[in-house]
Amino acid sequence: MTATAIRVLTQLRRDPRTVALVVGVPCLLEFLLKEIFSGRPEVFQHVGAPLLGLFPFVSMFVVTSVTMLRERISGTLERLMSLPLAKLDLLAGYALAFAVAALLQAAAVSALAFGALGLHVGGPRVAVAALAVANATLGMALGLFVSAFARTEFQAVQFLPAVVFPQFLLSGLFVARGEMARWLRAISDALPLSYAYDALARVAADGPYGGWFAADLAVTVCGALLALAAGAATLRRRTP
Amino acid sequence: MPRSSLGRGARKIRETTESVWDNPHDRVLMDAVVVHDLTVIRGGRRALAGVSLDVARGAVNGLLGPSGSGKTTLLRSIVGVQRLAAGSVLVLGEPAGTPALRARVAYVTQAPAIYPDLSVRENLRYFARILRVGSSEVDDAIARVFLEEFADSVVGSLSGGQRARVSLATALLGRPELLVLDEPTVGLDPVLRRDLWSTFHELAADGATLLVSSHVMDEAERCDGLILLREGAVLATGTPAELRARTHAEALEDVFLHLVEAG
Repeated sequence: MTATAIRVLTQLRRDPRTVALVVGVPCLLEFLLKEIFSGRPEVFQHVGAPLLGLFPFVSMFVVTSVTMLRERISGTLERLMSLPLAKLDLLAGYALAFAVAALLQAAAVSALAFGALGLHVGGPRVAVAALAVANATLGMALGLFVSAFARTEFQAVQFLPAVVFPQFLLSGLFVARGEMARWLRAISDALPLSYAYDALARVAADGPYGGWFAADLAVTVCGALLALAAGAATLRRRTP
Repeated sequence: MPRSSLGRGARKIRETTESVWDNPHDRVLMDAVVVHDLTVIRGGRRALAGVSLDVARGAVNGLLGPSGSGKTTLLRSIVGVQRLAAGSVLVLGEPAGTPALRARVAYVTQAPAIYPDLSVRENLRYFARILRVGSSEVDDAIARVFLEEFADSVVGSLSGGQRARVSLATALLGRPELLVLDEPTVGLDPVLRRDLWSTFHELAADGATLLVSSHVMDEAERCDGLILLREGAVLATGTPAELRARTHAEALEDVFLHLVEAG
């Protein structure tokens, strides 16, 4: 597990531009969000924390789906599958490496949002960062899974609007889930990102966030584990 | 389909020329690989059709045939990463692909299966960690493929031939008993090619079994035993000398032609 984590982190270190984008883009977006709603500061207070917590989901989804697709295309995956390396070790290594990257991202964006931008959350700030890492793992696991359905990097990138955008629209970030039509609400209930958003919204709000927060977090983590298991099923020792 | 027996054939030759049983490697009677009636379907067509063969232990075995003859499919079947339609593949006494074999069999794919954004050493360290071998073996493997001066270069900046050697070096880690090498010397300069082939023979002298594919007939000369493959079937097996004698041809290219024309 650590072997793969070290390897993936070394690859990331060798690609400072990607690291700069992963850390810099959410900082820029957070800043823009604050500025475009400068007349209505309550909007930034409302969506600032969810954006901070959900952004790692998007970044890690894209990075992982392309990285894993490269492993599939270049033949390194076939080579790894011929070695005494458990599939779970490979996936856990990926998860560990991207959790570290997500932590870095969350730390930078938190520093900016809570510091210079004056974002306020009712719950502990560290809970927002912890959710950011959990969401990164969810994004990573989904990215890993969908990489099995892409043949080229162009296709892999298209999974961003196909898999990620609908989840964002239905998560409650734009329209409260309670106000959605019944069938939309039903779909929203089935998507893991809805629970990730709920957990973040609870931390952001003033007052106790209590038991439902734990339930939302548990569903998010289960979603990540489920996606990881689905991803593991796409790693084949024998191929046609 | 007649059962071709490279292992036994090669051994018989040696038995007649020298008293074989002095050599400890020849006491191991079991073949490294036994393929029986193997059929593989790839992309809707038969890539291998009822292939049977043996591969002798402790020798450098060449798998030769034109591009598209099924060499890679056969090697993938032996490594255990190929889905089989029929037949069986026994490797070091166990069914191919058995988890216990993964540490004993090393596979070098035709396209270098390494990470271009890592250095040579970083690539090898990753594979060494998976195989749980120390860093001294990493240095040793780099030296064996003559890449010491590029050890800290990022693989993406190396030439195609150098990348192929990095990929080959990963297969030397952990002292595998069987090395399955898919066209490892393509695009290398003749001096390097000669040196790598002597490395292969050193490994075999240490007791390892090598199965090396090539589509270049002059490489056949460097093998202890040969398997000639054509259109998904075994054309012939034997030592280079045996095959020459059988076809009354001198160059192995002509041997191949004779065998094809003889049907």
